[in-house]
Amino acid sequence: MTTLLATERIKLLTTRSPWWSTLAALGLTIGFALIIALNASRPAEFEVSQTQFGYQFGLMVVLVMAALAVTTEYRFSTIRATFLAVPNRAAALLAKTGVVTALSVLIGLVAAFGSLGVSMLVLPDAPLALDSAAEWRAVIGVPLVFGVAAVIAVAVGVLLRQSAGAIAVLLIWSMLVENLVTLIPDVGQDIRNWMPFAMSEQFLLGPFDERPLGPWGSLAYFAGVGVALLIAALAVARRRDA
Amino acid sequence: MIEARGLSKRYGKTLAVDNLSFSVTPGRVTGFLGPNGAGKSTTMRMILGLDTPTGGSALIGGKPYADLKHPLRTVGALLDAKWVHPNRSARGHLRWLARSNQLPAKRVDEVLDLVGLSGVANKRAGGFSLGMSQRLGIAGALLGDPQVLLFDEPVNGLDPEGILWIRKFMHRLADEGRTVFVSSHLLSEMALTAQDLIVIGRGRLIAHSSTEEFVAAATENTVRVRSPQLAVLRGALGRTGVSLRDEGDSLVVSGMESADIGELAAANGVVLHELSPQRGSLEEAFMQLTGDSVEYHTDLDAPAAADLIAAGK
Repeated sequence: MTTLLATERIKLLTTRSPWWSTLAALGLTIGFALIIALNASRPAEFEVSQTQFGYQFGLMVVLVMAALAVTTEYRFSTIRATFLAVPNRAAALLAKTGVVTALSVLIGLVAAFGSLGVSMLVLPDAPLALDSAAEWRAVIGVPLVFGVAAVIAVAVGVLLRQSAGAIAVLLIWSMLVENLVTLIPDVGQDIRNWMPFAMSEQFLLGPFDERPLGPWGSLAYFAGVGVALLIAALAVARRRDA
Repeated sequence: MIEARGLSKRYGKTLAVDNLSFSVTPGRVTGFLGPNGAGKSTTMRMILGLDTPTGGSALIGGKPYADLKHPLRTVGALLDAKWVHPNRSARGHLRWLARSNQLPAKRVDEVLDLVGLSGVANKRAGGFSLGMSQRLGIAGALLGDPQVLLFDEPVNGLDPEGILWIRKFMHRLADEGRTVFVSSHLLSEMALTAQDLIVIGRGRLIAHSSTEEFVAAATENTVRVRSPQLAVLRGALGRTGVSLRDEGDSLVVSGMESADIGELAAANGVVLHELSPQRGSLEEAFMQLTGDSVEYHTDLDAPAAADLIAAGK
């Protein structure tokens, strides 16, 4: 597996899109945190969770980057070259998932602490020390959410094989569908509470009194969706003609 | 050694490959010949484990491709020169391939040198010409120094220099004792490249023999004769029972060697202006053999279409 991980690392880092994605994800997330901090009306009441509002931007970029890491392989048929070199398709795709997830976690880590850092610089008087579990979760949770999002995006990429299709599904689902279901009378909000990306938001920011699962339960649910999609994707890739 | 046993592939209603059995032996270039759409690429993809056969099996050195550990060390394949990320450099492309089969990084520079791409190793592969892409593909196939090589239409779209280079390269690989399996839809190209031929049409095996035998059996040998006394000669030839055909001011004789015709002419006091053995065209022979098995016919030679054209409609 180390061989396969090294192979996928070379593949990922010898094209330019992951570098641009990393820059974009960091720039957007930290830049948004900077704008929020600069416009804080009451610095003394500025909370840790407010420094992380920009994570949604980074999340979108991670979804796109992770999906492209697979769909460009299908687009340029390098997936066939990959399966020729590594006939165990599940192992090859797992290695790819691992590498893309690791990069996404790294992006999330830098984005989260970068956002916290610039906020601290701009608002030296704000109570931004990480004192409580909730405050830690709001920051350290970002890389975890990015990691699971990468798994979901890779799986969708394998299943759909097309860049435009995969990106459309991922962005429309996470940005529109999960929010629009609340328009359904009576049950809308309940449905939304069980949606995967809504779960990831609940994990990061709460509140939990009205939500079905606690913080770590919410993350486990989100991760479960990722694992289920990945298993489906691997099964399909094994059976499908490359 | 490549072996196909009753290999079949069905796409919906179409049987792309139909119960194909053959073996490809080491030390020779074996041509895989058939018209477009005959099932050559599908067969190669099944041998390489990319497509799952509907029936039968394909083995390389006695094993299915999927069971090979570090397959690039056993089998090198070039199915399509464009299977490269356009923004990755030639070296980057070969680096990940080498790493995946635990081949030393210095092997990348060796194969780049071998195919003459060292000078553009760090250029993005998307900017390569077809000939350069083809060379990069061959470099990838040779990376693991494999004993078995498969090339799908490697000379398609290449200039004469590129074609010659690839042809020589195949011969060299076979001379080194490797199994070389090359597909093409051009018999004329295969006649120059391959020592053995496996000919298929509509997914079925048509012939499996040496190229020489195939060409000899497929082409009709005739002799063209011109003479001012053609009538006398025709009479003399007619008595021997060979078949004759008039072609302009000359006679085309089949079933008799040119030496015998010359002697017969001399015995009858006939002056000859031309006595030339004709080799039937390879492409014609190929068309004859695979004619019924071409998947997409043009209707141009159908009488109805000819009438339409004649009527100017």
